[in-house]
Amino acid sequence: MIANLSILFDAPIFVVQLLIDGLLIGALFALVAYGMALVWGVMNIINIAQGEFVILGGYVALTVANWGVPIVLGLPISFIVLFLVGWAVYRAVICRVVDEDLFISILATFGISILFQQLMNQMFTADVRTLQSGLDTWFLFDDMVTVSQIKVVSFVSAIVFGVAVMIFMRRSRLGQAIRATAQNARAARIMGIDTDRVYAMTYSINAAICGAAGALVVMTWFVQPFAGLAFTVRSFMIVVIAGLGNLGAVAVSGLTLGTLENFAGFILGAEFQMAFIFSLLVVILVWRNYRLGRERKVLR
Amino acid sequence: MRNTILLVLGTIIAFAVPFMFPAYQNQFAMLWLMILFALTWDLMGGQMGYNSFGNVVFFGVGMYITAVIQRDLYFDIEEYAHVAGRIDALTPDQYLTGIFLGMGVSGIVTVLVAIILGAGILGLRGHYFAICTLGLTIAAGEIASGIDYIGAGSGIVTPVFPTELMAKGMFFYFVFMVLAVGTFLTNKWMLAGRFGLAVNAIRDDEDKAEAMGIRTKRYKTMAWATSAFFLSMAGGAAGNLFGFIDPINVAFAGATFGVWMVLMAILGGKGTIWGPVIGAAIFHITQELFWTYLFGWQRVALGAMIVGIVVFFPQGIMGFLRQHWPHLFGHKVDEQTTVEQGATKESEA
Repeated sequence: MIANLSILFDAPIFVVQLLIDGLLIGALFALVAYGMALVWGVMNIINIAQGEFVILGGYVALTVANWGVPIVLGLPISFIVLFLVGWAVYRAVICRVVDEDLFISILATFGISILFQQLMNQMFTADVRTLQSGLDTWFLFDDMVTVSQIKVVSFVSAIVFGVAVMIFMRRSRLGQAIRATAQNARAARIMGIDTDRVYAMTYSINAAICGAAGALVVMTWFVQPFAGLAFTVRSFMIVVIAGLGNLGAVAVSGLTLGTLENFAGFILGAEFQMAFIFSLLVVILVWRNYRLGRERKVLR
Repeated sequence: MRNTILLVLGTIIAFAVPFMFPAYQNQFAMLWLMILFALTWDLMGGQMGYNSFGNVVFFGVGMYITAVIQRDLYFDIEEYAHVAGRIDALTPDQYLTGIFLGMGVSGIVTVLVAIILGAGILGLRGHYFAICTLGLTIAAGEIASGIDYIGAGSGIVTPVFPTELMAKGMFFYFVFMVLAVGTFLTNKWMLAGRFGLAVNAIRDDEDKAEAMGIRTKRYKTMAWATSAFFLSMAGGAAGNLFGFIDPINVAFAGATFGVWMVLMAILGGKGTIWGPVIGAAIFHITQELFWTYLFGWQRVALGAMIVGIVVFFPQGIMGFLRQHWPHLFGHKVDEQTTVEQGATKESEA
């Protein structure tokens, strides 16, 4: 650990490498987190199945690529497929727990997450899979820093995609209805908004965002049936820090998390990268609670 | 009178089962373990409203502490690597000393761990608590699989049970029976008094409970430490029953044991004394049937079962019974008063 740290001091060029990789992957985290914030804000549901939608999106892109469909089409196809999956999940399960106690909805989405994990495990086996994009790699700083072009492409498309979703939420009729429901579901219903349909659309759009992110993840990183929970936890952390409905803060926290995670993976060793993410979650929540507790002055 | 007969009958059955079905001793030992899981979770989640996915951490910690004590008491690590799978590795005396010492130590250590962790985590409310404990479970598994001293990712093989003592299944059946019955009686005893009232007040409205002068933090820590104590001892025994400890799939198994304990308590009816016991029994049988008849798809079926129970049957069996046959629970509807109250309400309107 100390040895790895001293490498960073001796060769600052590694810092640049880690920083670039972290920022490029962080945009994907921010995208997934934006979807989670959407569902959380509108429906008051914390979707534990978020990560599974990402992984499923990755598998969809992988499967259609294996069928010979051009890789560029992978993203829109998994967007559409996951939209339908999200709709089906909403109609089957989520619509029954929207008004329930929060723990019931957490447990229900956790159940969905386990169900999807196991289904993917049956269908695609537990192997780690990636999709070769066929793009080149840039070598910078005398070949000391490598930047694969697909990561840049995915970074840009994540941003474009995020901005598109934001404009959709601001401008379109449905986006307005979704935001109205988030503000006050009862008032929205009185105004003639079909909140059930709004919830269904919100959940499906979230799943679709995850699917698109998954198509990028499978090209830049890897997918594996059980890798989903990490994405859920990452987006949960990002949303907890950034707050609901603040896209700028979500983007910043996402990029920061990506960078932090990359540095932690390098310094602590790759086997502790997951441990770092999940411990960070605990630390962030306890710290947040400590800060709130000081203001609340509860009995001890 | 009727209760005494039932109690005697139950005791006789509990003692007779391992002799009547020698082939299923392990299964019945697991059943007691499942009951213990559901009961310890219910103390937190059902009675206190603190829905934890992280109780399985204590199970794993107990498992590791016991295994390490059993190993280090009589061997150094190098030597143990060669004798781990051998039947004559430990004499019966050594085995018993190791396992019971290990369980005792892990019970004490995890109580301390629960108090320390609780100082930070138990202040969290609702869904933050649920997700924080979920993170805790997975973090624990990942950290354990990075530490070489406890076998890292490949885990530890626990000593082989000395069969000249008695049948392995028989031994663990009684160990888990004692632990589960102990948990049940402790739960019942604690919930009957002031503790039960305080914990239920926390579930109903924590801020009000605080305002009424209940030292909520103390009660929350007590409940968590009690769960931790029994879970870690069960973990120590379970590591020996399974024969080997894997950090992610056995010890800190958030996706299996961690969810099952929640599910069993909900299936039976959370917040009741007998609910978790019934839920655990039904769940365990169903799960074994899945394992037998849906092999390969058993985990998929379990996932579907989780969703099904949570969405369509959240009140649990005890809740269902209470709703439909309230007189079984001593709730009496006095028809005369009800009619009178209805009449006054109508006249007011």
